[in-house]
Amino acid sequence: MDDLIIAGEKFSSRLIMGTGGAPSLEVLDQALAASGTELTTVAMRRLDPAARGSVLDVLRERGIKVLPNTAGCFTAGDAVLTARLAREALGTSWVKLEVIADERTLLPDPIETFDAAERLVADGFTVLPYIGDDPALARRLEQAGCAAVMPLGAPIGSGLGIRNPHNIELIVEAAGVPVILDAGIGTASDAALAMELGCDAVLLATAVTRAQRPDLMAAAMREAVRAGRMARQAGRIPRRRYAEASSPLTP
Amino acid sequence: MKLLINGSTHDVADGMTVAQAVQTLTTATTGVAVAVNDEVVARGAWETTALRDSDRVEVLTAVQGG
Repeated sequence: MDDLIIAGEKFSSRLIMGTGGAPSLEVLDQALAASGTELTTVAMRRLDPAARGSVLDVLRERGIKVLPNTAGCFTAGDAVLTARLAREALGTSWVKLEVIADERTLLPDPIETFDAAERLVADGFTVLPYIGDDPALARRLEQAGCAAVMPLGAPIGSGLGIRNPHNIELIVEAAGVPVILDAGIGTASDAALAMELGCDAVLLATAVTRAQRPDLMAAAMREAVRAGRMARQAGRIPRRRYAEASSPLTP
Repeated sequence: MKLLINGSTHDVADGMTVAQAVQTLTTATTGVAVAVNDEVVARGAWETTALRDSDRVEVLTAVQGG
């Protein structure tokens, strides 16, 4: 089987889902089911005594592995503490490391991210860092012991697709760990393109949770990731400037 | 003594434990983690860890996000 393998763990789905932006847990539950995902991110926040239901219950009932993130952290110190709290609360040493530089762009801060990654790897975490589409940083994070790298296609929630496909290809070419395209996916063709470029998986949330019909978009993403993966493995034809007849005029 | 629990000031009896502080918010003991003054307190130590005046207690859980 064509499994996704991260840190020795196998997943038959190459679509990793986020849970942000869903209007309700019911809508989220239906979307996760339609997506076929086996790995899904959650954020860590102050406990709200008034909150009803929990995203953790939804994931548990669907048998989906939980991947806590460090969303909302601006420094390596914050991210390390959040990862440790997540490990304590959820019983997993996996963490999607996310250290953002500012609220307006939500772009990842490379310096703080690298610092946090080194500290978390040393502390025994399985670290999946969210980064810009920077091949040099991706390589350094792999050398630092990260279990995957997660370059963005475009800013979080922007739906702008993959702004620099060339850099994503450079990251894929050099990587010895899974490359997971994270952030920026707007619609199914973006997810297919990520896989055609050679990414091992796609992580998305908003494109599904804020679609007019989240469950239908989730199903579309599932198919797009599969189609993109197959196309990558099949090997696309080279691009040509001029036509090439598929039926020669002379035998 | 005063504690800052998830950003709100609480007047509590001296010697309150981490477990008792968590119970002011929730009866859940799974899916929850606690930091006191930015240090994680493992669940196994909640009952035996006494808080001190002015401690900052953060009680976190997983929510939709990412």
